[in-house]
Amino acid sequence: MLNQIGNYSLYIALLSSILIIIQSPILLNTNNINVSGRIFSLISIQSLMIIISFIALITAFIISDFSNETVFNNSHTSKPLFYKISGTWGNHEGSLLLWLLVLSIFLFIFTITSKNLSNKYRILTLFFQEIIILGFLLFILLTSNPFMNLFPVPKEGTGLNPILQDPALAIHPPILYLGYVGTSIIFSSSLAALISGSVNKTWAKHIKNWVLISWIFLSIGILLGSIWAYYELGWGGFWFWDPVENVSLMPWFCLTALFHTILILEKREIFHSWAVILSITTFSLSMSGTFLVRSGILNSIHTFANDPSRGVFILCFLFILITLSIFIYFIYQNKIKNNFIKTFIVSKETAVLVNNLFMMFFLSVVLIGTIYPIFLEVVNNDKISVGPPFYHKLIVPFMIPFLIFMAIGPNLNWIKDKIDKINLQQLLFFILSIIISFIFLKRVGISYLFSLPLFIASIFLFLITIKDFSVKKTNLSQKISHFGFSLFILSILVNGVLAKEYSSNMKVGDERKFLNKTIKFESLEVNESKNYQSLEANFKISDKNNSINLKPEVRVYDQPQTITSEADIKSTLYSDNFLVFNILKNDGFYNVRYQIKPFMIWIWISVILISFGGVLSIVKKND
Amino acid sequence: MIKNIKLIALVFLIIISFFILLKGLNKTNNYSPNLNSSNIDFNFKAKFLYSNEETTLNELINDKDFSLINIWASWCLPCRDEHPYLLNLNSLGKLNIIGINYKDSEVNAKKFIKEFGNPYSKIVVDPTGVNSIELGAYGVPETLLINNKTQTILKKYIGPLDNEKFAELKKIIKNEN
Repeated sequence: MLNQIGNYSLYIALLSSILIIIQSPILLNTNNINVSGRIFSLISIQSLMIIISFIALITAFIISDFSNETVFNNSHTSKPLFYKISGTWGNHEGSLLLWLLVLSIFLFIFTITSKNLSNKYRILTLFFQEIIILGFLLFILLTSNPFMNLFPVPKEGTGLNPILQDPALAIHPPILYLGYVGTSIIFSSSLAALISGSVNKTWAKHIKNWVLISWIFLSIGILLGSIWAYYELGWGGFWFWDPVENVSLMPWFCLTALFHTILILEKREIFHSWAVILSITTFSLSMSGTFLVRSGILNSIHTFANDPSRGVFILCFLFILITLSIFIYFIYQNKIKNNFIKTFIVSKETAVLVNNLFMMFFLSVVLIGTIYPIFLEVVNNDKISVGPPFYHKLIVPFMIPFLIFMAIGPNLNWIKDKIDKINLQQLLFFILSIIISFIFLKRVGISYLFSLPLFIASIFLFLITIKDFSVKKTNLSQKISHFGFSLFILSILVNGVLAKEYSSNMKVGDERKFLNKTIKFESLEVNESKNYQSLEANFKISDKNNSINLKPEVRVYDQPQTITSEADIKSTLYSDNFLVFNILKNDGFYNVRYQIKPFMIWIWISVILISFGGVLSIVKKND
Repeated sequence: MIKNIKLIALVFLIIISFFILLKGLNKTNNYSPNLNSSNIDFNFKAKFLYSNEETTLNELINDKDFSLINIWASWCLPCRDEHPYLLNLNSLGKLNIIGINYKDSEVNAKKFIKEFGNPYSKIVVDPTGVNSIELGAYGVPETLLINNKTQTILKKYIGPLDNEKFAELKKIIKNEN
């Protein structure tokens, strides 16, 4: 029953999509309100149908309807309810349906919030958005239908990957998708604005919200992914430069650049073409991300599907969209106003340009690191592995000028500023940060070439962003985001420099000394849970003044059978105590890994601050 | 004119990327176990971890029916997770487990073995990573099951061994005997 409901509603959605695409070019030049009314109702029907099909799938997961193939493959009656629901998008088919759901809901929101804009612009945006929706609908219906029937109906499902049973990961894909899909609206609307010749202040003002929304969701999505990696994978790191992580980072760089450009476009009416190019690029990167993750072309610890025919479909669709947008860009390029407003080198405009340059540089590094190995292997059969050292070597040195620019840039004036504005106060802060970094690094005893300038630059940025809270000129949301960013960089640096690790084989009752602490393996007990068995260890970490207990687990899941190590992490404002243990042999010894990670929690907090700045900016503007 | 050149260049670039990616997609299968790829060169030279002698992989894989080549490093955290499986496999006695120590320092590698136990019959070092790449490795850890008589790769595991892979390995060894 549910399968039929889901299937038919998807077909109705497909039909409305085709109707809208056929009708919209005809309606471009009319200002008839009835006409837009008709398209509007078609969009409402479409959204409703997609929502119904999504609810059908969720319901199938909740009631464990194993006549549905997707449910059979990815669920099990013994899963907790929360993970049954999150299982809906924890697999290939369901996650595409979620993409589609978000696409249509966003389009619906766009339609009702853009009423005061020109008819031509709106209809064109709908047209491009419907092309994307049509592509996804066809993709789902032809290659990955989540509503396939199974007969005879199996009694039990084959389970959900236990490593995906984590609250952060359960909400991570939907949030990330909200960010990805938001970029589709930016893409459609920039093409629409390009064709209708309305790349201007009004457009910038309208699209700014969408840029911000996508940016916020993308930031939070990436954050949740990192948190999941940190708590669940049990390796003690939070970013691995894994291709799947990289593909979410690339649109983020692009969106950050786009947001700053849009601000300038809104205030000063320059950078029109650049804004359009960035909009197209952002969406292309989001789509490529989906392609790379979904097609299995990457070989990564978290690639999902491995089905070439699906890959071919997304690849063709992706390239049709990109080629289409490039042709549209070149044909309508002349319609873009070319404002040559005289600006001077020392000005806010230049500062944003510099920001964009850096973002593009970081983007290229990540892009090359992700794509080049694939290309090289196909063309030349050579295999190279690109790991963290590549990114660190290329990104770290350029962080130094970037951070310094970020400290100075936002305080510059529009159009022209005096050079001697880089004034005594900033100089003072700079000298202060040199002293702080020097003393700090001396005490820690690190003498890596870039660490001193890197610390100086980040402490400088940190001090300046704090000072900026006392200046009235710039807005609060910017201050919060920039402060968040400086805190983010600083926490990562301090964390990297001060982290300590201890690893040893221990059995119950053993005691080890590490730094000034004592690690005691106190006890071990076996617990039964709903869908797994666990070995829970109890460790006592104590120093002179206080002691904490850490209780890491090793879980043995039954469906499918998998062993996972759950680290126990105690976070304080100053540092995280991270402890994980593994079963070694059967002679009572366990491998114990204990890590002290200073300022770990500040990495999460700072990303939340960065995103909060964006939220504030949206809320404030709507006043 | 300049505009056209730009457009042509861009479209050209896109078409090239399209075909490369398309080819890459069809190639995906090679990543997973490829039973026919016997054309891997086992003849490269490498040094032992515990002595300074040089050897070739060919010499190493002659002992038993099967060899298991495991590429590992002390800095690789997932390698620690898979280590118990290797110890376990070694205790079966039917496998000749060869470790390739990938881009590692000698001291750390020895420390790792001392701490976690040694499942390997021989360990060779690959300080530059070139040998491992020639074996088709994507990163560490990676494990190759080799039939010594035919010198073919029976199975290739990218990433750490887990319960599922362990069971599969055991099954293969049993069946082929």
